[in-house]
Amino acid sequence: MATSTYNLIASQVVGSGGASSITFSSIPGTYTDLKVVYSTRTSDSATDKGMFVQFNGDTTSSYTYKFLRGNGSAAGSGGTTTTLLYFGNFPGGGSTASTFGNGEFYIPNYTSGNYKSVSADSVSENNATAAWDTLVAGLWSKTNAITSILLYPEGGNFVQYSTFYLYGINNS
Amino acid sequence: MADVVDINCETKEVTTRPQTAEEIAAAEAAAAQAAADAKAKADADAAAAAAKASAEAKLAALGLTVEEIAALSK
Repeated sequence: MATSTYNLIASQVVGSGGASSITFSSIPGTYTDLKVVYSTRTSDSATDKGMFVQFNGDTTSSYTYKFLRGNGSAAGSGGTTTTLLYFGNFPGGGSTASTFGNGEFYIPNYTSGNYKSVSADSVSENNATAAWDTLVAGLWSKTNAITSILLYPEGGNFVQYSTFYLYGINNS
Repeated sequence: MADVVDINCETKEVTTRPQTAEEIAAAEAAAAQAAADAKAKADADAAAAAAKASAEAKLAALGLTVEEIAALSK
């Protein structure tokens, strides 16, 4: 059996000015799967905001997701077909200071000619009540190989020290 | 204004530039559309759940047991 590999393709730590979005571009097609791991907080004043993702600059209604989430006292589910993927919430200015949420999403066979499925899980850490834990099943209904990934917050900007890591995986 | 950050995975070059007005408008529109889509789905699910509960109540009023009502949807 071939040995699996797990390689860091690129990473980014947000600087003092914040970032309205993060894009991994020119992603090489030399792996079988991709994985993105992030730790984020938004400058928006809300308790938490959603993480939005698009592939290859596609802003058409080609994304479908279903989510399950709970925060210790409430639970919910939902989903839709729209212009982006939603991967759960992460803390904003209304959350406990200096807390960052974290999440990751996995894209198998990102260069295939089929539609691209994505699985994601995330937590909106708050060091208090009402921190959401979210699981998401997503689909990008396009047959193109994924060559770029855009991440941006539902509101506000990614604050300083938010981090993003893109891994390429072979023989998983 | 926070920057748009692009990480070129081949060259490892990181490019930062201010977000354009068009990008801000597009992001806001996408967020609004996503929220509207999610609300529409939630409203539809709630309406379906309400219709199901109403139907079950009417069946119960006709004398069907809980087991009989459940059997109708299997």
